[in-house]
Amino acid sequence: MAEAPPSLLLQVKGVHKRFGDNIVLSGTDLDVPRGSLVTVLGRSGTGKSVFLKCLADIMPADEGQVLFDGKLLTAADPVTRAEFRRRCSFLFQSNALFDSLTALENVRLPLEQTSDASDAEIQERSLEALRQLELEQHLHSYPSQMSGGMQKRLALARAIVTRPELVLFDEPTAGLDPLRRNAVFLMIAKYQRQFGFTAVIVTHDVQEAMAASDRVALLDQGRMHFQGTPAEFAQSTDAVVTSFRDSAVALGTALASLRHGGSLPTED
Amino acid sequence: MVSFLGKQTLTLVHGLGDFALFTLRSFQAVFGSRRLLRRIARAGFEQGVRCLPVILIVGMFTGLVLGLQGYYVLNRFGSESLLGALVSLSLVRELGPVLAALMLVGQAGSALAAELGIQRNSEQIAALETMGVNSLGYLITPRLIAALVVYPMQTALFVTVGLWGGSLSGSLLLGIQPGVYWSAVERAVASQDVNECFIKAATFGLLTIALCCYHGFNTHRNRSASGARGVSASTTRAVVQSSILVLAADYVITSFLV
Repeated sequence: MAEAPPSLLLQVKGVHKRFGDNIVLSGTDLDVPRGSLVTVLGRSGTGKSVFLKCLADIMPADEGQVLFDGKLLTAADPVTRAEFRRRCSFLFQSNALFDSLTALENVRLPLEQTSDASDAEIQERSLEALRQLELEQHLHSYPSQMSGGMQKRLALARAIVTRPELVLFDEPTAGLDPLRRNAVFLMIAKYQRQFGFTAVIVTHDVQEAMAASDRVALLDQGRMHFQGTPAEFAQSTDAVVTSFRDSAVALGTALASLRHGGSLPTED
Repeated sequence: MVSFLGKQTLTLVHGLGDFALFTLRSFQAVFGSRRLLRRIARAGFEQGVRCLPVILIVGMFTGLVLGLQGYYVLNRFGSESLLGALVSLSLVRELGPVLAALMLVGQAGSALAAELGIQRNSEQIAALETMGVNSLGYLITPRLIAALVVYPMQTALFVTVGLWGGSLSGSLLLGIQPGVYWSAVERAVASQDVNECFIKAATFGLLTIALCCYHGFNTHRNRSASGARGVSASTTRAVVQSSILVLAADYVITSFLV
């Protein structure tokens, strides 16, 4: 069986995924060092969420290997997969909170169902997680009674209450304004350092990702086109990286050209 | 034509096999499930207490109508004294289990299919899986176990209220002595009839709740509709198929037990 280097908590090798004739992932690789915050960037529709769901074992990959802490997951037995799920949390783009449960019940649920902890311990750990995410005033509120930001924090509280080693974030800032985007990235970076988990974030917010991450990867046409530090990403002269990284500059240039009577550059 | 029939048959067989596996896996999940009793109690409340008004109302009117119709039919043969026997045997052996099951499908089954469909669409079920929680054990198992208890109880209540409805029709409105009515009930109903009633109720409960859960849980597999329409289609399919299943199962069980 393949062995991942010990410094890597998660290693993805050649993952393929297709839906009928639509090839979404065609040999995608990713290395996630232990304790780091890795952001996977990519345009909308490039398969970032599918990639993350393959990592989280929600969606089976057609081919390829996912190694968690050196153990192969894709062809692994149920025991290894259960072990992975115990040590990993997933934050959905939609938060996926249980709308018929209160905030406290939402946070208690994973502990109640997966641990042998006593009721008192479950309550204590749940309250602690909610306190750390500044939700202690909303213990008995239902998700529908909370704002978008509070729901995001509640989803994070539910994710960290089991003390996972790896947290996967699927588009945590989708649909948020720039200030809230910053706040969410800050929150993830803060708690990632505080709790010491390894984080993989899928997003298309370049500036926030570069500011908050230890490593950045760029998914393009089903493959990981770039993997490196934010500094390396900022200095890269690769055409795909620059077109994605400097999209705001490109927009300014195109608009200036339009104002001066020029024509818009065609896509690609 | 032959190809079409073949495909339809294969689809039907595949669907039945998938449904059977879903139900078996849900029962199998009992062994790994934690805090199951609390969730069974909650499911029992949803299927039982919330459906109580409809069971009482329909049971009462069924008894009233049976009393009325039965009286005029028996009157033609001068056998009004057998009204209690007619009402009780009709209710215990057929109408009680069937009508109670249909009411529960309409009230609890439809709500269940819609709730699970929404949970599937909003990724709540996927969230359970990522937490390492067996979604069948958490969502389906308690409901199936609750159905095995609640359906017979609701049926017993339906029959009891129906008997009182028949008594109201016969005694208060049509002048049959209450003693005559109730003694006919006592003489007519044997323990075998009551057993048949409970066997039917438990079977209908298990089949219909499993089918409603199956359609709600697998809403995402619906190829013809997705999103809100997918939930609507799953709920409709769950209610229609469950209602047909109750009548079909009633025929099969009756043919074995009679």
